[in-house]
Amino acid sequence: MRIEPREQPSLALTVLAPVLAVGVALALCSLLIWLSGTSPARALGLLLKGSLGSTFALTETLTRATPLIFTGLAAAVAFRAKLWNIGAEGQLYAGAAMATWLGTGMLDLPAWLMVPTLFLAGALAGGLLLLGPTLLKTRLAVDEVVTTLLLNFVVLLAVNWLVFGPWKDPMAMGWPQAAPVVDAAVLAPMVAKTRLHWGFVVALACAVGAWAVIRFSTWGLEIRAVGHSERASRFAGIPVGRAVLRTALLSGGLAGMAGVSELAGLKGYLTLDLSPGFGYSGIVVAMLAALHPLGVVAAALFVAVISIGADSMSRSLEISNYIADVATALSLLAVLVSMLAPRWRIRWR
Amino acid sequence: MGVLELLLETGFWVATVRMATPLLFGTLGELICERAGVLNLGIEGIMAAGCMGGWCWVYLGGSLWGAVLFAAAVGAALGLVHALFTVHLGLSQHVTGLGITMLASALSSFAFRMLLPKATTPPKIVPFAAMDIPGLSSIPLLGPVLFGQTPLTLLALAALGVTAWVLYRTPAGLALRMAGENPMAVESQGLSVHAIRTVAVMAGSALMAVGGAFLTLAAFDAYYIGMVNGRGWICIALVVFASWRPGKALLGALLFAAFDAVQMRVQQQSGLAIPYQVYLMMPYVFSIVALVVMSRRAAYPAALLVPFRKGER
Repeated sequence: MRIEPREQPSLALTVLAPVLAVGVALALCSLLIWLSGTSPARALGLLLKGSLGSTFALTETLTRATPLIFTGLAAAVAFRAKLWNIGAEGQLYAGAAMATWLGTGMLDLPAWLMVPTLFLAGALAGGLLLLGPTLLKTRLAVDEVVTTLLLNFVVLLAVNWLVFGPWKDPMAMGWPQAAPVVDAAVLAPMVAKTRLHWGFVVALACAVGAWAVIRFSTWGLEIRAVGHSERASRFAGIPVGRAVLRTALLSGGLAGMAGVSELAGLKGYLTLDLSPGFGYSGIVVAMLAALHPLGVVAAALFVAVISIGADSMSRSLEISNYIADVATALSLLAVLVSMLAPRWRIRWR
Repeated sequence: MGVLELLLETGFWVATVRMATPLLFGTLGELICERAGVLNLGIEGIMAAGCMGGWCWVYLGGSLWGAVLFAAAVGAALGLVHALFTVHLGLSQHVTGLGITMLASALSSFAFRMLLPKATTPPKIVPFAAMDIPGLSSIPLLGPVLFGQTPLTLLALAALGVTAWVLYRTPAGLALRMAGENPMAVESQGLSVHAIRTVAVMAGSALMAVGGAFLTLAAFDAYYIGMVNGRGWICIALVVFASWRPGKALLGALLFAAFDAVQMRVQQQSGLAIPYQVYLMMPYVFSIVALVVMSRRAAYPAALLVPFRKGER
């Protein structure tokens, strides 16, 4: 038996490999659950019941998937162009802060105009935030991984200052939060008596839009070309710098929209726990989806099932809900390895 | 209080050196990895794992020095995973590193919660005490600043010396630096690039984990989820700031720690004209500025981020 490279990646393996990888990750988590003295089958059953077992559970899962679709798309389009945007967390808060600034009395618009305005403004805030590190990358060759990461801390501290200082809502009984957005800015619930809001549909539309852009537009071709080989793209006459900057605006914009959607659809007001790391989970989502915008939707749903299910499971069993983070991290690593599989074949002799 | 008064104050320098210690461990660890050609974005998680591992060892009845060793072993194990993925399988160093960070942080939090399901306040351990070396500690200024620290600070300085010596004065160090600059040349000498990089990443990750362990074993006396709080990322910026040189890493770590110490003093003064969050931002803003300034003449190891495959060029 020997292992040799394939000329053409096998299609069956390309589809099967990530599924297999997620299986391996879940098996490793089951081992952890078993080590802590609980039956993995029971834990998994409770996890699925808690995330998919009822209308309420299902809407909670879709609600959780909404910001993950946005941040997953943000990572996917940027990574396609080899722009390592690790700053989606900060861009999310920048979008939310922009929506708070405009949506708490600054603008007086009817709902049909208000909501799109907030999404656009939030996207602009997120996009501009990523533009800085991207310009540093294209002009001065400063590594964007570290700059985008460090900016997350800066933005979070800025929001910290806003909600403890000038934007602090006097009606909030001393809690550090900004005033709620006006009624016209609130995203209506999609299903009565649940938290699922129309932001989910906006996220789906963005996924289709991002797919269409990458698949069919010249811009998308540029993104893919730059990601494939920057030198070859330059040689082919593609304005590499401009293509990367546009990608940055798109990526940061999508992350900013995650902030608007969470703010206007779920919380209603700006706080410091608006995102429990959606920006970082978005990277996992994008990798699970092999950077495919439509795959992002499926991957976001998977991560949402794990995290909502783990929350519910940890309430009934004595297992910390951090098992969800362990599962997503293991899935990421397993999928990374699995992506190698389609390019190799085993020859039996 | 004027800046000059602050600089003359012993307490300020003691605090600076204390806060520089985990940064020095982390920066040295990252520097070793990058010199061998591997970016290790797992640092934030590896520090968290060292933090939790060290605390756990003492909490379960182990000794303090045992905890340091255990943390180093945990770090080396995570480094091995990173090396298997990036060196042997040639996967993206960026994404693998982030995956390691996520996994290590999540496992640390998970283990902590499973160990103490019902605790509301984190239980305290007895951390390293400040040393009191007769004679040395009583030297004015230098005594308390250098020898009034916990032994881990001296260990960090020793690690700095050993790293610099190995890198520049031994054949092993030459091979390591060559693996980061010109892997083909290493191979032509009959050495294995893969082996060198694996060992470098494991050793570097062990140092990072000890830096994390410093937080629970010497700086604080309990473990909190999220207590590394971005220190790992700052170390990555510090490596660029240091132009991949150990001596400059010490300078960078001290500079940043001094900044932190100033920030804490200023925060305590009442009647602030500038909100305290601005001071908290400073280390991050400063890191970005340092990256921009240094990147102009940055001499990145030429083979950094480039996977090496035998027989390919």
